[in-house]
Amino acid sequence: MAARRCLGLWFFLITLCVVSTGADVLHTTPVTGTESSAAGTETVVARELPEAPSDPGEHTAAEPTREGEQNDRTRGGEQTLGQPTREEEQEQEKTREGEQTPAQPTREEEEEEEEQEQTRGEEEFTREEEEEELTREEEELTTEEEELTREEEEQTREEEELTTEEEELTTEEEELTREEEEQTREEEEEQQTTAQQEEQTKRWEATELEEEHVHDAAVPPLAGDPPAADPPSPPPSKDDFQEELVIRPLHSGDIYASFQFRTVWDADFMGDQKVSHYRLFPKSLGQVITKFSVRELHISFTQGYWRTMQWGQPYLPSPPGAELWVWFQDTVTDVDGTWKELTNVLSGIFCASLNFIDSTNTVQPSASFKPLGIGNVTDHSFLRYATLPREIVCTENLTPWKKLLPCGSKAGLSVLLKSEKLFHSTFHSQAVHVRPVCQDPQCRTTSMELRQTLNVVFDLHTSGQGKREWSLFKMFSRTLTEACPLASSSKVYVDVTDNPQGEQFELSPATPLLTQAVVLGDRRTYSVYDLTQQASFGSSRSLNMLLRWKNSHNNVVPPVMLRPLLHSERYVAGYGLQAGEIHTLIYNHHPYRAFPVLLLSAVPWYLRLYIHTLTVSSKGKDNRPSYIHYQPSKDRERPHLLEMLLQLPPNSVTEVTVEFERALLKWTEYTPDPNHGFYVGSSVISALVPSVVAMDTNSTLDRPLFSSFFPCKEEASYFMRVYTEPLLVNLPTPDFSMPYNVICLTCTVVAVGYGSLYNLLTRTFQVDEPSPGLAKRIANVIRRFRGVPLL
Amino acid sequence: MARHCTVKIFVLLSLFNLSFLVSTNNIEDKAGQFFNSGHTNNWAVLVCTSRFWFNYRHVANTLSVYRSVKRLGIPDSRIVLMLADDMACNHRNPKPATVFSHKNMELNVYGDDVEVDYRGYEVTVENFLRVLTGRLPASTPRSKRLLSDDRSNILIYLTGHGGNGFLKFQDSEEISNVELADAFEQMWQKRRYNELLFIIDTCQGASMYERFYSPNLMALASSQVGEDSLSHQPDLAIGVHLMDRYTFYLLEFLEDIHPSSTTNMNQLFKVCPKSQCVSTPGHRTDLFLRDPGRVLITDFFGSVRKVEITMETINLSSPMEPLPERILSEDRQRETQYYVDQLPVSVIIHQVNTHTHTHTHTHTHTHTHTHTHTHTHTHTCTHTPLPPMFWNMFIL
Repeated sequence: MAARRCLGLWFFLITLCVVSTGADVLHTTPVTGTESSAAGTETVVARELPEAPSDPGEHTAAEPTREGEQNDRTRGGEQTLGQPTREEEQEQEKTREGEQTPAQPTREEEEEEEEQEQTRGEEEFTREEEEEELTREEEELTTEEEELTREEEEQTREEEELTTEEEELTTEEEELTREEEEQTREEEEEQQTTAQQEEQTKRWEATELEEEHVHDAAVPPLAGDPPAADPPSPPPSKDDFQEELVIRPLHSGDIYASFQFRTVWDADFMGDQKVSHYRLFPKSLGQVITKFSVRELHISFTQGYWRTMQWGQPYLPSPPGAELWVWFQDTVTDVDGTWKELTNVLSGIFCASLNFIDSTNTVQPSASFKPLGIGNVTDHSFLRYATLPREIVCTENLTPWKKLLPCGSKAGLSVLLKSEKLFHSTFHSQAVHVRPVCQDPQCRTTSMELRQTLNVVFDLHTSGQGKREWSLFKMFSRTLTEACPLASSSKVYVDVTDNPQGEQFELSPATPLLTQAVVLGDRRTYSVYDLTQQASFGSSRSLNMLLRWKNSHNNVVPPVMLRPLLHSERYVAGYGLQAGEIHTLIYNHHPYRAFPVLLLSAVPWYLRLYIHTLTVSSKGKDNRPSYIHYQPSKDRERPHLLEMLLQLPPNSVTEVTVEFERALLKWTEYTPDPNHGFYVGSSVISALVPSVVAMDTNSTLDRPLFSSFFPCKEEASYFMRVYTEPLLVNLPTPDFSMPYNVICLTCTVVAVGYGSLYNLLTRTFQVDEPSPGLAKRIANVIRRFRGVPLL
Repeated sequence: MARHCTVKIFVLLSLFNLSFLVSTNNIEDKAGQFFNSGHTNNWAVLVCTSRFWFNYRHVANTLSVYRSVKRLGIPDSRIVLMLADDMACNHRNPKPATVFSHKNMELNVYGDDVEVDYRGYEVTVENFLRVLTGRLPASTPRSKRLLSDDRSNILIYLTGHGGNGFLKFQDSEEISNVELADAFEQMWQKRRYNELLFIIDTCQGASMYERFYSPNLMALASSQVGEDSLSHQPDLAIGVHLMDRYTFYLLEFLEDIHPSSTTNMNQLFKVCPKSQCVSTPGHRTDLFLRDPGRVLITDFFGSVRKVEITMETINLSSPMEPLPERILSEDRQRETQYYVDQLPVSVIIHQVNTHTHTHTHTHTHTHTHTHTHTHTHTHTCTHTPLPPMFWNMFIL
């Protein structure tokens, strides 16, 4: 044991020497961005806007598209107020059509446009009918409430009829072969076109919801409660739970499923009275919000990287690993201390290593990550942002996430969340977003919204066995049998925008309900399955949607996906273990519009950025950022933070490069597997992308959850975030077995070399006389007796 | 102790007096059982200390014990599970979100509702010793703490790569048997356990309990000093060995245990004889005060739930007072709030101008404020002082 300790001491001393000398060497290296500004002050560079692209407002005003879309938007408003005649509307729609077609040169296909026109014609038709219904409803509404109830009765009766019809339909479908089905459907369509007053087989669900708008305007005191709900119950349910699943078939053959669960509660967490009676809102989160005075909390755990160019934009973006950003209330005095405690608590709640979030990976963005909820004050000193790019995501994170749901994993959509399937995917992301939202249209009071989202992309080859054929069972190994009983709405949406006539894929069981939603600057069409309706489950009492591509076997190439307007790449260039260069490429694929993006990158301190080497160029020219916020790092204390506001020219690639030097870590600062490399979290690109269609700016309307996350302030553009790839950087790593070799060598040298020398130097040499032999001794004794001198 | 005895006798007598009709033997048995184990709650600390995919079997070892204790009634809140690497969602795992203990993917020990408390880089010697001794930072969540008391029976299971007198953590640091013995002594002095069962599955495992000196400890190891512990169950589909031999047979043994079984510790000592294990499992009972033959397996692997059944009806429908309806007074009616612009370009650019031209502007003030925040944080960041033994971990 003593020997071991001795060795250990040697080892310790040697490594200390090695490390300290290494560090010294590094410290004496000249220049570098960090060293020059080592005082720790922020350097903020102000530059004026580049003159060329000018601001987006002018552009949009000059465009015919937007006018048309404004018409489109205002149409709804006029309708609610003045109720224009149908002829006018038709005219308007005609003009809209005429103007919209030149506005879509991004969609490269012209043949498709024809199809679109066709479909649009049909849509118009159905919409007209719907509008008729609406106007009828409005009239009744304005008259008296009794009539309202009567109409509701009628509606329910209609619905009953519908459901019975549907059941009949489904049974028929079961009996019929596929071809026959198609035939019948065609026939049905013909019938539709001929006989207008007949019952529709496809009904449009209003999502832009002029209907709801009317309610809000006419009967404001109802405040969110749907009027169809039971009015006699005196205490209005203060919390509300909705669940939703969106399925989007991707052009690559993969399939994207996005779950959203939303709990809204009218509780005032910051009020004087303590919130103690929890019903739908999870208590564990509610207590955290109260204790740490959290205004907004966004946390995501992601495995895999979202491939924008293959899959398009996700409904909710998230970077690989864990991401946490929190806005605290302005009553918090010690924000950093609260942040540290909060991360610890969250690590316990979500079974994740969030306690690794400390000052070395926390940044305080100055312009990015504005609050997503309502609130008038945005002082960025109450914002903290951190990512852990290496965080693994597995069942232990999913379990506590599921426990936050009112129905757990027992009923509703959450029965599909089985870890064996969810983690057998190319991309998996789960998130929790807590934010204050408007409770009433006037936005005088707030309610807390908890959104739990889970996004997953199943691969065509690993999960789909290479067949372009998906079903709920194939994806999740479960089918749906019921909605969560606590949910006020429970819906499954399937994106059928590319499939208006069913020519691409076939969706079974067919649903009569269609809806449209503006999401990510595009108007998409969805088939809707309402799980609260018993009819959705059919006769088998379970819903197992089947998506079958028609031309999967004879190699017909599916339609090309629209190129996403914005995407980005990032990589490390350079060689060797001393210097390197981070390249960030930001693509603007819009053919003629420039738009602003805000780039945020947080780089750990052990990559020392040389900020004087920062270059931004697009189309071969220097692109001067109109805003730069740079906060240099401090060793072992805080990371670099770089924020830039850039204007991306149309149809261009903007390249941001900055050089860096790798620092030497101390012996104990290396991870147990240092040769794996060190991660640098994703850069965040926030952008205002020009929209093809008018965005919905009214935040109080009921919309599908997937389209209502980012608040929208203007119609001409929409906000989105894009995350770049995280970087994996190799740092100069010592050979950790080297100290042992050194110890062995030193010990040998000490023992052999120094030992023998020391021995030589300290020994006293004496001449030792060899004792005489026995014969000689006897001879000497005899000689002594004789008196003769000895031998 | 004497007082305990008198209490025991008194209770026994009173029970005896009260129920003449019931046979006396029955009562004595029941009362005996009631007073037999001196603990009121159960805890488990299960640690896998190995990183990297080829150490799959160590994670499977730990998870199989986790599965057993959870099945026998210890809830997740009383299990501290430490896994040094992620095997379930490892990219090399052909079936993600599973960890199998048996060949041909027969038994998935990972389950669908596992809760891992410490994972990845968090599994360090320091954290392990802090969990045992309870010297954790104040903000540590409850799920990461061992909140045991002097009536707790604790099961501690360790597995990983070890040698004579040490166990490696994450292939980068070690815990020595002296440190471990000192930690247990500290636990005893702080009255953090009633009885403690220590099981270790590693090479030369018996060396880890040699230095124990605290009372009420029972220890088991998979191999003697000088012996290697060997792996079991190679699986061609997964490509690694799934389990270690000792824990494999321990799992087989535990699978037959149910919460009311009367299997005792002596049977546990017989698990995995040399013919199966190849190594010689060892155990140590000299520090333990009770006779191992009278200690049930469920005293450590299960959870105590002393349930008293009452025949009286309890009326719970007491008139609940409805909360006074919160009336939104006028002062609570805030001004109209709105959603913030996500990317206010002009505001951001304006922000710059104020920065560079006027230093007395409020914006600069707020920023200097944040600086002081970070400063104070870094300087006042205090850790609880470590006991001297923690320095040992730097000495190899």
